[in-house]
Amino acid sequence: MALKLADYKTDVHNDWCPGCGDFGIVNALQMALAEMGIKRDKATIFSGIGCSGKTSHFINTYGVHTLHGRVLTFAQGGKLANPEMTVVAVGGDGDGLGIGAGHFVAAGRRNVDMTYIIFDNGVYGLTKGQASPTLKLGEKTKSLPSPNTNYNVNPIGLAVASGFTFVARGYSYDVRHLKDLIIKAVKHKGLSFLDVLQPCPTYNDINTRDWYAGVDLAKESIERHSRIYKLEETHYDPVVHYAEESEVNEKLSQALIKSLEWGNKIPTGVFYQNEIISPYETRITDKIPNYLENPPTKQKISENGLPTTDVSEILDSLQV
Amino acid sequence: MSVNSVDFSWLIGGPQGSGVESGANIFSQVCATIGYQIFGKREFYSNIKGEHSYFAVRVSDENIHSNVNDVTLMASFDAETIFRHFDEVSPNGGIIYDSELENVDTDRVRTLDSQFKERLHKFLKSKNKPFTIAGVLELAKEKGIHLYPVSFKDLLENLSQDVDNPKLRGLVRMYNVIAVSLSLGLIKMPPDSLLNSIDAIFSKKPQIAKINKQAANYSYNYASAKFANFEHSLTGTKKQSDTILVQGHYGTSIGKMVCGCRFQSYYPITPASDESVYLESNEILQVQNDRPGSTAVIQTEDEISAMGMMIGAALTGTRSSTSTSGPGFALMTEALGWAGINEVPVVITLYQRSGPSTGLPTRHGQDDLLFAVNAGHGDFPKIVYASGDIEESFYDTGKCFNYADLYQVPVIHMMDKFLSSSVVTCKKFDTSKISIDRGKLLDKVEGEYKRFAFTDDGISPRSKLGLDNGIFWNTGDESDQYGHISEDSENRIKMMDKRMSKMDLALQKIPTDEQAVSFGVHDYTIISWGSTKGPIIDAQSMLKKEGIDIGFVQIKLLHPFPGKYIKSLLKNATTLIDIEANHSGQLGKIFKQNISREIEYYILKYTGRGMTSTEIYDSLKKIIENKAATREVLNHGA
Repeated sequence: MALKLADYKTDVHNDWCPGCGDFGIVNALQMALAEMGIKRDKATIFSGIGCSGKTSHFINTYGVHTLHGRVLTFAQGGKLANPEMTVVAVGGDGDGLGIGAGHFVAAGRRNVDMTYIIFDNGVYGLTKGQASPTLKLGEKTKSLPSPNTNYNVNPIGLAVASGFTFVARGYSYDVRHLKDLIIKAVKHKGLSFLDVLQPCPTYNDINTRDWYAGVDLAKESIERHSRIYKLEETHYDPVVHYAEESEVNEKLSQALIKSLEWGNKIPTGVFYQNEIISPYETRITDKIPNYLENPPTKQKISENGLPTTDVSEILDSLQV
Repeated sequence: MSVNSVDFSWLIGGPQGSGVESGANIFSQVCATIGYQIFGKREFYSNIKGEHSYFAVRVSDENIHSNVNDVTLMASFDAETIFRHFDEVSPNGGIIYDSELENVDTDRVRTLDSQFKERLHKFLKSKNKPFTIAGVLELAKEKGIHLYPVSFKDLLENLSQDVDNPKLRGLVRMYNVIAVSLSLGLIKMPPDSLLNSIDAIFSKKPQIAKINKQAANYSYNYASAKFANFEHSLTGTKKQSDTILVQGHYGTSIGKMVCGCRFQSYYPITPASDESVYLESNEILQVQNDRPGSTAVIQTEDEISAMGMMIGAALTGTRSSTSTSGPGFALMTEALGWAGINEVPVVITLYQRSGPSTGLPTRHGQDDLLFAVNAGHGDFPKIVYASGDIEESFYDTGKCFNYADLYQVPVIHMMDKFLSSSVVTCKKFDTSKISIDRGKLLDKVEGEYKRFAFTDDGISPRSKLGLDNGIFWNTGDESDQYGHISEDSENRIKMMDKRMSKMDLALQKIPTDEQAVSFGVHDYTIISWGSTKGPIIDAQSMLKKEGIDIGFVQIKLLHPFPGKYIKSLLKNATTLIDIEANHSGQLGKIFKQNISREIEYYILKYTGRGMTSTEIYDSLKKIIENKAATREVLNHGA
């Protein structure tokens, strides 16, 4: 029986603030799972801490709500032990790029075949609106006593530099586009990263829904004024097509330059994709040929309560 | 009572990176091959090249479990080893040294730290000796120690002419093999086992094996022809059946392979990473009547990640583990609580070293017992279990994984640097003694599933990520039976009670012989835990030979603490002696918390060097003779 969108929803009460951008992301994620027809018990959503951390409770698949900043570590462990499972990790920008930044970089280097979505809103919502890593230097959101004293992290740039092999940006109020991006990200072979711009209506009074929609710009111009535009509607080609240094370098630097675009024009869509770099699972298979057929979760370790692993060769070599 | 006919201690020292360890491996291998029991221990600085390291190997024809203070034969090829250890050689013992070094004074040895130099100078001054190698050797001679000077330079020169290989001239890298071979010649060990051992150790490098064998042969013959007055010999003894020669981390590593640990994440740290590297070196596993299995060994970016990955893997039903030391474990404690509240079975192998902070990074300590017991914020169930020796650690690894699965709790398996840097002979690990019990892990799920369902024994049937129909949720927040967040107060009481009740269950169900082991209880009885076991039972038998009975109870299950059982074991003991390698007597604190009973004496050591049986024997003697302080602090070992 084909699964419907409703099958991916739990009846857990969603206590996000009215108008929260997070709703769009959870909807897009459920839609993507339904459209791909991924069986509910073959997917796990791992989440971090904060408002976005509750996401896993709203989705009717396996759900693991982890620790602040550590979601990628749990997710990679789960995926590597059970590589058949579809794994999506989610968390806020404070979670992934503040306390969890080290894991973000290390995950890029590993390139495990899974997806990571950052709910990017520039504030720590659940602790009442402190500045988070993507808030720009000098900006003063509503509950800050004084303007932000830290320079902002560039999530797209950091992902590209860390070795993520699929790097994209979505906007939480363009749910269909976001759903398409999630499908691309999940289908990508390797670690995919999605930076999702997600207005926090309660604490971020700068990067609001109206601001992204360019309502302020409308006063200056009667033309299309939304700040958000889609890279796929331009001539931008994010894909590394062949394994040559010049090609890779060109696509990397193109993505990096594009990631700096902000202000009146904010790109969304795929910035960078490289399927030539092997996923971590392939790197394991190079050492352990039957890893994918017989991964940790599937291995039989005992028979009638007795171990079946045969270490006699090792023990014989130690015998004197 | 049989008396050891052979009890021989050999020490080799030299700068780190000069082959002290491989020299000791050759010596241990040779002794074990001809039937002796071995207890060897390596000491080294937190340094790659140049600082002093040494390896003390005790050889006997009986089972031994520790080092002793006295050295029978010291093999040195640098000055520092002589300055640091000449004092430990027993009368009638011997020192092999490089005669080119006789004029070296302490100032020439830049790695001698000022504190040590000051003490040595004071001592030499009081004995009217110069601060030179010649000076300390004179003292050794006066003590009755035999000196065996060899010019290593001339020996290599003559050897290179002898075998017509000019490359050997001045090949300082060979000094370790020369020192070993001179030792073996001196004690009349059969030379063929030496050559075989070199072949085995350099099996992948035949050219290197060849020149090493030439040097070994030459040095062996040199010593046996030139030095005739050494009264100790090791000519071989009856081999015990099924004996293996193992390094410290083999017990837990091979234990993990056998008991089905298939995922290990780790971050490099001394002295724990050897285990992970060994697991990765043997990552493909042979399985009876099945395709090969494997261990996924993942080196992570930090210990926080190692812990997170291990938990993620464990949620898929995979037996998963990590291995670390104190500083790394400190980073793991937040996620430890997550594993606790989510009832995830994981095993953390904790190879302790001296703290606090980085402390003595490459030295021993049992510093982390209270930390392990109290690790993590909030109340949650966990098990802390300690192994006393390498052989035991193999079987205990299997038990720890069973405890984790049965009670769905994190288990902290306490090991330490004393164990990890030992090389010993022991009975071949018997894999048929390992059982695998996965508790309430499910293979299939029918009907509605609740991961944290309330049950009579507090343990809920456990699904795993990816299992058909077994969907569940986890959260570090308090949760309902499905695993969804709940802040309801009634639910909170039930959930806390459910989880914490597993501690009582574990105490009830874990067999008492796994909780603690009694090596006899007498008026004077020792309580201890972990790696002090070896030196304690050796000291116990030394005293026994003098007709003195001392009891010893080794406590293995440290949390939940089996207070009632320990109390009953000790009811006939009148004086309790707590022996531990830490400053505050951490077991003593737990003991007193759980059992309303005083501990009369503490024997403690926190120099970072492992205890010898001699030290424990001496302290116990003092206690019996009523000459001891409440707190005896040990400090043997360079």
